[in-house]
Amino acid sequence: MKKLTAAALLTLLALNVGAKDWTEVRLASEGAYPPFNGLAPDGSLIGLDIDIGNAICAEMKLKCTWVKQDWDGMIPALVARKFDAILASMSITEDRKKKVDFSNKYYASPVALIGKNGSPLKPDLAVLKGKKVAAQRGTVADNFATKFWGKEGVTIVRYAKQEEAYADLKSGRVDAAIADYWEAKGGFLDADAGKGFGMLGEKIYGKTADERATVGEGIGIAVRKQDKELKEIFNKGIAAIRAKGTYDKIAKKYFSEDIYGN
Amino acid sequence: MFEFEIITENFSSYLDGMWLTAQLVGIALAAGLVMAVPLAVMRVSNNPFLYRPVWLYTYFFRGTPMLIQLLVVYYGLAQFQWMQDAWEAQSPFWLLFREPFFCALLAFAVNTCAYTVEILAGSIRSIPHGEIEAAQAMGMTPFTRLRRITLPSALRRSIPAYSNEVIFMLQGSAIASAVTLVDITGAARDVYSRHFAPFEAFVFAGLIYLLMTFAIVGLFRLAEQRWLAHLMPRKTQAAH
Repeated sequence: MKKLTAAALLTLLALNVGAKDWTEVRLASEGAYPPFNGLAPDGSLIGLDIDIGNAICAEMKLKCTWVKQDWDGMIPALVARKFDAILASMSITEDRKKKVDFSNKYYASPVALIGKNGSPLKPDLAVLKGKKVAAQRGTVADNFATKFWGKEGVTIVRYAKQEEAYADLKSGRVDAAIADYWEAKGGFLDADAGKGFGMLGEKIYGKTADERATVGEGIGIAVRKQDKELKEIFNKGIAAIRAKGTYDKIAKKYFSEDIYGN
Repeated sequence: MFEFEIITENFSSYLDGMWLTAQLVGIALAAGLVMAVPLAVMRVSNNPFLYRPVWLYTYFFRGTPMLIQLLVVYYGLAQFQWMQDAWEAQSPFWLLFREPFFCALLAFAVNTCAYTVEILAGSIRSIPHGEIEAAQAMGMTPFTRLRRITLPSALRRSIPAYSNEVIFMLQGSAIASAVTLVDITGAARDVYSRHFAPFEAFVFAGLIYLLMTFAIVGLFRLAEQRWLAHLMPRKTQAAH
């Protein structure tokens, strides 16, 4: 009898490993990318990523705890089961998809054309023709500009570092710069260095399917490839907080603009 | 293993890069050499007002990395408001400093000139005394002596050392890509970021530099045969 019970227990345990009943989830963030994720004076994680994560957990009745993890080791630590999901403003990319799965986006990461306030330029080939546009080599923004503008008579000037592109934009060597929107906002436009500069035209999400694929899907929650159920829970959670308005309330706390995109 | 397609697909950007490297290095070397001859004569002069400034110049430019010099000329100067105002006002002289090509050319020329001055000055100092004494005995004025004896002799004897400087300049020019120029290295960086194939991208760039170095070595061998024949070991007639 005892043996049978033990066997039954073992079977139950084994089943549990296969289809985990998610009640407790450990979430990880970096804490070095405010306002998306930063550190409170007491060392705890705060920011938009954390608020979104907590809202999803409340919605889906999960008990969530947060782990602070450095960016470099983020994906390896997820794979090594140090935690169960990453909410660290991580872009959904093909490279990362080889190692982990992503939920649907919880905010968009468009690219943007940056220039002097009052510049007549905008992300439109007709006005950009013959102009010089700076980009950090190998970034999404560079790929976009190279693919859709570079062959049409726009000179793409490539830099090893984003700061160098801004330096040449400030000094007037280039007419505009193209960069990840959030990076440009946090790293340049909202900083002292970016005084007198702003986004030219609208954010670039991509108009055609090809353009949208180049800009990318946005920012998602990363989970281990085998944790399909958890991914589904997050997708439902994102949809739910969007529908109930919790999402907008959180977004408004940090930004006066729409961050989800379309 | 080695995806040749990546190279053939981007062959024209490598060729463009090679042309840019050749222009940069060629013009910088020519300008540097022309400036170096009078400066080398000043460098070996006994007059402190002549040799001190040149000593300071070569000390400074040989004592700092060429990359730093380039970054100062390109990003450093552009930081100043007066420079930006001059660009705004379309000042033809200062507009040169807006062009990455000119900035690289300036940094390279000033740098190679400093090294060439020291090469030539060393060569002038080691001129055989007999040649000078013979010229004096012929009654040549100091200027004629410089023009007819000292400089030709010093220039000839500095060819081997100068060939090293030319090769160093070619390899050193790889830093041009730091100021947005798409030279050979710049083309390789673009290919790397586009295809995520650093091995193919950089190995092929290395091969181009290697080929160019071979060409330089060959040219200098010809030059040595032409101008240093009198210093070569005499060819002996084979005994019958």
